[in-house]
Amino acid sequence: MSGARSGVLSRGLQRLGATSLFALRLLTACGPALARPGLIVDQIYNAGGRSLIIIMLSGVSTGAVLGLQGYNLLARFGSASALGIAAALSLIRELGPVLTALLFAGRAGTALTSEIGLMRATDQLTAMEMMAVDPLRYVAAPRFLGGLIAMPLLTAVFNIAGLYGAQLIGVQMMGVDAGTYWSQMQGSLDLRDVNEGIVKSLVFGFVVSLIAVYEGYHSDATAEGVGLATTRTVVASSVLTLLLDYMLTAAFL
Amino acid sequence: MVDARDVHYSIGDRKIFEGLNLSARRGRITAVMGPSGTGKTTLLRLITAAAYPDSGRITVWGRDVGSLRSREVFAMRRRLGMLFQNGALLTDIDVFENVAFPLREHTKLTERLIRDIVLTKLHAVGLRGAASLMPAELSGGMARRVALARAIVMDPELLIYDEPFVGLDPIALGVILRLIQKMNEALGLTSIVVSHDVHELATIAHDSYLISEGRVVASGTPQELGGSDSPIVRQFMSGSPDGPVPFHYPAPDYERQLLDGTQA
Repeated sequence: MSGARSGVLSRGLQRLGATSLFALRLLTACGPALARPGLIVDQIYNAGGRSLIIIMLSGVSTGAVLGLQGYNLLARFGSASALGIAAALSLIRELGPVLTALLFAGRAGTALTSEIGLMRATDQLTAMEMMAVDPLRYVAAPRFLGGLIAMPLLTAVFNIAGLYGAQLIGVQMMGVDAGTYWSQMQGSLDLRDVNEGIVKSLVFGFVVSLIAVYEGYHSDATAEGVGLATTRTVVASSVLTLLLDYMLTAAFL
Repeated sequence: MVDARDVHYSIGDRKIFEGLNLSARRGRITAVMGPSGTGKTTLLRLITAAAYPDSGRITVWGRDVGSLRSREVFAMRRRLGMLFQNGALLTDIDVFENVAFPLREHTKLTERLIRDIVLTKLHAVGLRGAASLMPAELSGGMARRVALARAIVMDPELLIYDEPFVGLDPIALGVILRLIQKMNEALGLTSIVVSHDVHELATIAHDSYLISEGRVVASGTPQELGGSDSPIVRQFMSGSPDGPVPFHYPAPDYERQLLDGTQA
């Protein structure tokens, strides 16, 4: 039993080491990749633009649930007017970055892993190496940077959609005063709260994009290998996002 | 031009090469043949510094490939072109951009010049009209011709073909065969063709090597190989299922395994 446990531990450590080394190589490749902004813009569109609909829909429904639950809870204490700030704080500090990261891992992360994995399986990465082109610079770095840039933007979209969803339920349906809803939010929301959201979304964007690119780049060159790598991307990204969320929240309090 | 001396290489416990010697001379087509799984593709990886021999030396243009720094490896690779088994075209850009890819990465040529070079190379493989197609829209033979155009776009001195005939219909195969010959004559380049299609290779190769069990078992012109009385050469050239290369993968005794009911 303890043997099996130490096996899992050493595999986990090995994986962490390999990912860190890969991250270093990837970061060095990011400099030259910046010289090709066109490639990065394409990837921002692939990772961000194509995730917009799912992010907006999820944002509105999360906001609507917040509006409903928040109103019910606050009304019990006679403070339904605080719905605006309650929704804003939960969205901007927690739900926005975390849910966006989870959705991003499922939508864009899997697409990244399977795309790079298939490029590996069909020798495209080897062909680049043979043409003296570093695939880290041409394939991995633009995708990583695209994900890193797209994630905070998607989080912002999620937050706006969420605030709109909470407003839809709280103000339009439950009758909270619109002026109070927005002015409470404006008055009580700190720059610190916004910063927390931005830092979280950047960290999650870094982690999810790194895992997605790493898994694709190192997937076995078979159909099964690419499938497994895609699964690993979702599992590792989701678990790490939630774990890091706790640490970052604790650091910001 | 390419010279392998006493090369040993293994992957894990499996020995791939045990004292391999061969050389490819300038301006000639050298065929490397052998049964599947004998490490023909591995040999190409060793020549292009994608892997390093455990012992022995591989020299390309007089330089020991194993001693090159990564910058020198990239410089060497710019002077060679490689054609992959399945073409390995980049699937997210069209045929034109695929052929233009090395030029855009390694040169600062004007758009006009790139266009002219790419169209010339595509014309040479007969696919100028397919410039705007995506790789997914090409047949296997066409994809390989585009890959060939891409391999010669930087005017390499050495062109390496990894199983260029696999999965092609007779017409596409004939086209590729003629192109290999044409490239060699017209551009004066050195070609190494790795394949197990004996009869196709025999029509174009100047020199040929037969690899089996980690070493060269026969070499010479294709005609010399055809007339050889070595059992392994005869088995390979005539395609008989059994001989020195056994039909059966090593297994326990057939009767005993069936009778005593043990799992395979």
